[in-house]
This record gives sequence, C-alpha cells and structure tokens, in this order.
Amino acid sequence: MINKTAKLNPNIFEPNSPVKANRDGFGDGVVEAGKDDPRIVVLTADLSESTRANKFAEAFPNRFFEVGIAEQNLASVASGLAAMGKIPFATSYAMFSPGRNWEQIRTTICYNNQPVKIIGSHAGLLTGPDGGTHQALEDLALTRVLPNMVVLCPCDYEEAKKATVACISNNKPTYIRLCREKTAQITTVDTPFKIGKAVKVFESENSNGGKSSALDVGIISTGILLHKVLKVASELEENGTRVEVLNIHTIKPIDEEAIVDLAKRSGAIVTVEEHQIIGGLGSAVSEVLAKNNPIPMEFVGVKDQYGQSGEGEELLTEYGLDENGILEAVKKVLGRKN
Amino acid sequence: MGNISDEKVCELQQKANEIRKSIIESLTEAKSGHTAGSLGLADIFTYLYFYGMKHDPQRPFWEKRDMLVLSNGHTCPGLYAAMAHAGYFGVEELQTLRKLGSRLQGHPHRGTLPGIETTSGPLGSGISQAIGMALAMRIDSGKTTPRFVYCIVGDGELDEGQNWEALMMAAKYRLQNLILIVDRNNIQIDGYTEDVMPLNDLPEKFESFNWHVQEIDGHNFEMIDDSIGQAKSVFDKPSVIIANTIPGKGIEDFERRPEWHGKSPNPKEAEKALKELRTLGGKITCDQLN
Repeated sequence: MINKTAKLNPNIFEPNSPVKANRDGFGDGVVEAGKDDPRIVVLTADLSESTRANKFAEAFPNRFFEVGIAEQNLASVASGLAAMGKIPFATSYAMFSPGRNWEQIRTTICYNNQPVKIIGSHAGLLTGPDGGTHQALEDLALTRVLPNMVVLCPCDYEEAKKATVACISNNKPTYIRLCREKTAQITTVDTPFKIGKAVKVFESENSNGGKSSALDVGIISTGILLHKVLKVASELEENGTRVEVLNIHTIKPIDEEAIVDLAKRSGAIVTVEEHQIIGGLGSAVSEVLAKNNPIPMEFVGVKDQYGQSGEGEELLTEYGLDENGILEAVKKVLGRKN
Repeated sequence: MGNISDEKVCELQQKANEIRKSIIESLTEAKSGHTAGSLGLADIFTYLYFYGMKHDPQRPFWEKRDMLVLSNGHTCPGLYAAMAHAGYFGVEELQTLRKLGSRLQGHPHRGTLPGIETTSGPLGSGISQAIGMALAMRIDSGKTTPRFVYCIVGDGELDEGQNWEALMMAAKYRLQNLILIVDRNNIQIDGYTEDVMPLNDLPEKFESFNWHVQEIDGHNFEMIDDSIGQAKSVFDKPSVIIANTIPGKGIEDFERRPEWHGKSPNPKEAEKALKELRTLGGKITCDQLN
C-alpha cells in the first residue's frame, strides 16, 4: 500500500485526476523563491515559454536574461553571474543543456564549483512527436559524472517545485531534469523532500511496515515513471508479492543507505527510469549495490537506442517503459532470485 | 586617459622585464607549458596588475575589485608571474608551476589560488563569463557601475563559435563595463592564424557586432593606457582592444615562431633567454634602467 508517511496524492489512481507538468513546478517555484531572494537570476536560450522561465521574466525583468539560441554562452554567462554571488537558473531543453554545452558546464560551472542551476526541460521519451533528436535520454549520465554536480529528477509538479526551491541553498552546481508533458500528480505539498534523501512511497501490507520485514522485491524509480511503478506495485501486492518502492529524486548524491537497506530486505531490485540504462539511475544503483550488497537486478530504461516520433505513451510502450515492461522486469528478477 | 607619466612607463617596462624572467624560469622548471603567449602578454599583464586594474593583492576577494577573466588560460605563466610580483603570493612559488599539489595549475583553476577569478583552458568561454560578471555588476550598482570586467582572449581562440555567441550578447546588453583585450599575435598551435582559419579583418568583424573597437601595439604602455582609458569612457557599448603582440616577445629566438606556442625552454635555451633579458639587448629604451 501507499506509504502514509509519504503523504501522496489520495486520488493518485483516479483516472480523471488532474495532470500537471513538472516544468510548471520549476516555473512557479523559481518565481516564488525570487520574491524573497534577490540573488536569483534566470537565463534562457530562446526557450522561455517552453521552460516556463517566462514566469520569472514577467515577474523580475531586470533579473532575466535572454541569450538567444546559444547554449554554450548560456552556461558560461551563468557561471559569470554566479562568480559575483548570483544564483542563476540556466534554462533550455535537456538535449541542448547539458547536451550541447557539456564542456562549458564541466569547466566553467562544475570545476569552478559555481552554484549554477541547469534546468533541462523536455527530457525523455515523453517529448514525443518531436522525435529522437529532441528526446534527451543521456542527460542524467552526462551530469552525474561531473564532480560537484547535484542531479535532481523530480517525479511531478510539486516535487519539481520543491527541488527548485531546495537547490537554491545547496551552494552547488545542480541539474534539474524536467518533462514537457502534463503528468500525474503523485506527491503533495506535504510529501517530504530533502536533497539526497530517497522517499519510501510504497510498502507491502505483509511487511508490517517494519524495517526488518522481508520483501520479495524492491523497485527504485526516478522521475515521472513513478506513477506507473506505483500502479504495478499495487497490482503485485494484490497478487501476494511483497514489494516496496523508493522514489529517488536525487540521482546524485544518491541515498546509498536507503538503497542498501531495501536491497538487504528484498534480495532483488528493479530500477525504472525514462533514460538510457547505461549511465542513469540503474547504473547509479548498481554501483551502490555491487559495492555493498550484490543481488539480482533488472533495469527498466532505454536500451542503448535513440527515441523516435510518436505520442508519449505510445513510445513508453514501444520502448518497454510501460506498466507491462515494469511487471516483466519484476517477474524476471524474481525468477533469478530463486 | 593617456596621461601615464614617463616615469610610470619606465617602471612598468622594468617590471615587465622582471615578469618575463619569472616566466622563463618557471616554465623551464616546469619542463612544459606555453612560452610564446605568456611572454607576448607580459606587458598587458604588467599594465593591468601594476597600473590599470583596481585590485588589492592583500584582499583578493575585495568586493570592489575589477575582475579579470583570462580566457586563453594557457598563458597563465604570465598571469602567475604578474600576480606573484604584485604580491598575491611569493615569487618563489612560481617554481611549483605545473607540479603535483601546486596552486599554480597548468591552466588556471578557481578555488586553488586566491585571485584567480575563473577556471580556464578549454578555449572560447571567457567572454561569456565576463558578460555574466558585467551583468551582475549592473544588477548590483546600475549601468554606470564603477567596476570593470577585463577579459583577455587569444586571436586563435576566436575560432571557437562560443565567442561569437558572446559578442552578440555583450552588444545586446550594451555592457559598457566590459573591456575585451584580444591578444592578436597571429599564431596558434597548428601555425599562423590566417593559415589555420583566417580571421581576416578583425576590427571590422567587431564593429559589425556593434562593439567599440581600438587597435594598438600591445607592447606600448602609452597605447595600452590610452586605449583602456578610452574603453572606460565609451557609453552604451562593450569595448574591444585588439592588441597586436609579438609571440615570445623579449627573446629573439622565440619571437613570432608558432613552435614556441606550446613548449617550454630547456635549461640551455633558458640561460640564453635570461641573459638576453638581463642585458635587454637595447629593447627597453628607458634611460633610467640600470
């Protein structure tokens, strides 16, 4: 069942429950934070409406900078602003930032250790009809590998808003991955959020909620696919499988303790992400487990392929990132366990 | 503007000579590094650290200081030497250049050495960072901020597209507190700039990007001073000073030779070079020199 302490949306599984884009969570969050903190500045590379940076531009025109279609400049101008004590949010599509400007992010932001916040919207397959050129599936890998960088991947509107506000005070370069589509509202304003701290969102009824309780499988998810993971977890529970789900909104620094604890109690882990399996959440989790507690793992993610045009949901099915794909991975890992 | 005294020019010439000696000594000890650009920029580094720039070696984080972004980070032996002579750290530390644990990294790193405003080396990102700094000054103090951002960029470096993204933006935001100095030495690693990738009429290019343009002899302190003074008085536009410099300036064997872009002198070459700098070979005309 849904973990009560996570205080998730009570109507989470209702078919007509309203949907919201997590890029709006960023847009609203940065405006809210900007009211109290004059250090906050926002930049965009000709994508102010798409990234929702336009909300800040309207509220604080003197602290908003339009750099044009120039992502390399975007990253380094943001670095210069940060060098003078500002907290810049540099907004674009994930494909272009950190995609096109990775070296500028590495040298002028991360090696400099400047607290620039890279906002990468339109990440993942849900970018849809625009096709493979625009579906960033490598951004978590690109950012995770950089020393000093904090990597956040919110699952919905509220979590994106919290991530935006939380990273202002972390004094670190930070990447926030966002999605174009309106998606299910999973969390609420009351759901706990702390950078680096995984949230247990689902626990099996059979487990009595105790830490020592035995599980059949643990599922670790990041980003908007969490909604599908929770549906699968409910279905598994109904069929008597004891399952627990962790929402990892912080890919780096990753919550090693929560991952190892879940692995010890479940003996089998499935990771779920809308990203290449190589280099993303699955890789990060397996790095933790290979070192601390090696157990069978399965990975739901994009399998060393590019995306293509199509509706978001169609693409998730096509690439095996739908509920069926998650369920298959669970079955597979359970089979390997015995 | 343009009122630098003869005594000051003489003093700067002598200081630049000391800095060139330190460049040769530190590069020789390091056994690798970029000789030509470091020597070529020695006069400009000297001018900025000993006359032109508002800064305080005792307070590297002084909040009213001017900022210097060295975009062509490989010329840092010149920057380090100027900083050491200015008092940011002891001159003896120059001998640690490029060695394990040194604050004097092969390319400058912010955070390691106070006074280094940004990490550089990978080319093309300095102007962008200078823009960010200039914008921040404007947010804090308005358009007529008394603080300036200096950015030094290599001419070969202008091959990088990011520079042109930045040039457009600086003009768009009318950053009159941004002063760009192009080290126009006509060489890059693979040869002469006009062979590798022709820059053609650089002043015209900058003018068409709506920058205020000046072209000077980058070894002439009167001209450097005059151009900086003019750049500071420009209203509503960023300024570029195209400083024609001689790569390897000061050592005849190194001058104007692309092969000295990326290597350091061996001890024998260094001995000859240092002797040349000691005797000056008539290059410094100031009669107050000993």
